[in-house]
Amino acid sequence: MITPVQDKQPLVRARNVHKAFDQLEVLKGIDLDVFPGEVVVVLGPSGSGKSTFLRCINHLESINRGSIEVDGEQIGYQLKKDKLIKLSGNAIAAQRRNIGMVFQQFNLYPHMTALQNVIEAPIGVHGESKAQATAYARELLQKVGLSDKADNYPRQLSGGQQQRVAIARALAIKPKLMLFDEPTSALDPELVGEVLATMRDLARQGLTMIVVTHEIGFAKEAADRVVFMDGGHIVEMGKPEDVIGNPQHPRTQAFLSRFL
Amino acid sequence: MSVANAETASPSGGADPRDVANAHRPFQTGRATLWFITLLIAANFAWIVANNENFGWPVVAQYFFDPTVMQGLSVSLGLTVVAMLIGVVLGLLLGVARMSQDVLASSLSGLFVWFFRGTPLLVQLIFWYNLSTLFPEISIAIPFGPTLVSWETNSVITPMTAAIVGLALNEAAYMAEIIRGGLLSVDRGQSETAEAFGMTKARALWRIIIPQAMRSIVPPTGNQLISMIKATSLVSVIAMADLLYSVQSIYNRTFEIVPMLMVAVIWYLLITSVLNIGQGYIERYYGRGDRRTATAQAPTVHEEATP
Repeated sequence: MITPVQDKQPLVRARNVHKAFDQLEVLKGIDLDVFPGEVVVVLGPSGSGKSTFLRCINHLESINRGSIEVDGEQIGYQLKKDKLIKLSGNAIAAQRRNIGMVFQQFNLYPHMTALQNVIEAPIGVHGESKAQATAYARELLQKVGLSDKADNYPRQLSGGQQQRVAIARALAIKPKLMLFDEPTSALDPELVGEVLATMRDLARQGLTMIVVTHEIGFAKEAADRVVFMDGGHIVEMGKPEDVIGNPQHPRTQAFLSRFL
Repeated sequence: MSVANAETASPSGGADPRDVANAHRPFQTGRATLWFITLLIAANFAWIVANNENFGWPVVAQYFFDPTVMQGLSVSLGLTVVAMLIGVVLGLLLGVARMSQDVLASSLSGLFVWFFRGTPLLVQLIFWYNLSTLFPEISIAIPFGPTLVSWETNSVITPMTAAIVGLALNEAAYMAEIIRGGLLSVDRGQSETAEAFGMTKARALWRIIIPQAMRSIVPPTGNQLISMIKATSLVSVIAMADLLYSVQSIYNRTFEIVPMLMVAVIWYLLITSVLNIGQGYIERYYGRGDRRTATAQAPTVHEEATP
């Protein structure tokens, strides 16, 4: 698979990634490099393996073959004297510290207020002081337009507001990489816009993002590169104007024709 | 009435007879009759109980705060608190172990629950009390190796320790299952999210999973606590001077069986009533975040900030 020629080291380096759930092969050899500051949007029909691939990057799913590196470290394993050793749960937890993730179902902690949701990982995982974490959290909540909802519980917020809190929560750990797993799929159509606007801001600020989504419009506007997946393979990859504007592969053409 | 009408009037000006704000509930003769009959029967029953000399109310009053009864009450309460605390802590460990992917931990926990839930508590208590006939000595030793420390069983297992061990281990088995059920009730996405944010398993459990599991753990635990208070009456068979044992010791002397049992019954009811109220407060605490109307800003919660 062709990757753009760049001098920089890739932040994410996936090689020949295979993943099967029992007999069902979901990923059949994925190769992908994501460079610092890049926004990669992964498109594809349901069941193409795009969400699974995203979850492999921070080892929420373990892979069966191949390797994934983030920031030069192999995720989930360590090479010791030419022997690949599986890492302990706590060591994997440490590898995830700088990877933020936003989920389709928001997954806010329902027993905590919006502010408490945002400061949980900075205090508990990154050892920040409460004052420091709270100040930054208020700044982030303001950035996503929810400074007045800091003391509300997730149930008291709309879906779009919840997802924006979830984005603030992921930003609070000052991530090197952000993973978005279909962040707008569980939202009412009229709430999608506010979440996408927040994500566009982040893309403009140079955050490295991998976004799995069905929002073709977002891919067109915000992506540096679009990856189209189908049946566990990457079938097409390139600049959004090429992949979306002038798709070469028949599967991509068929998929995109439904959005025209 | 006229004020309410003015406020709820239809836009056209005149009061709308279909406005539900002005609706009346018709008088329900059937329900009123039912209330009357029920209250009549209750009053009659209370009168009969109060006037039946066999209940011996003066005796109940005389012995209600008797030092022996107070002593027994404090033993029952103390035993409940200690056995319940050990049971909850041990049950938490067992419940988490049961859920663990480690085969050794989960099968040991399963074995514990199988044994202590599968045998009667009364048998377990008698068994612990008579442990010395099985093992005259208790010692800490390296398996198949030398003994490090050793005690005589009879000096370690008093009625008190037998009661605590028996009640606590039995309680732990039930609490393990209650806690496991609570942990299972939390959405899988929650532990996944905690993991994705780099939390260790232990921290995720403590900060994210257990607080949410508490909502389904508290009500059956309240049940267990109330059962435990009553279960302490079983220790009277191993000569432990609990509330029941102390009233028994009095009526064995005075033959006032029913009045003395009434003393015990009223004390048990008083304690369980207090616990019910406490449980209500705890449930409300762990239900926070689930109450849309709890805060003053409630009416504005669905207002969207313009993107």
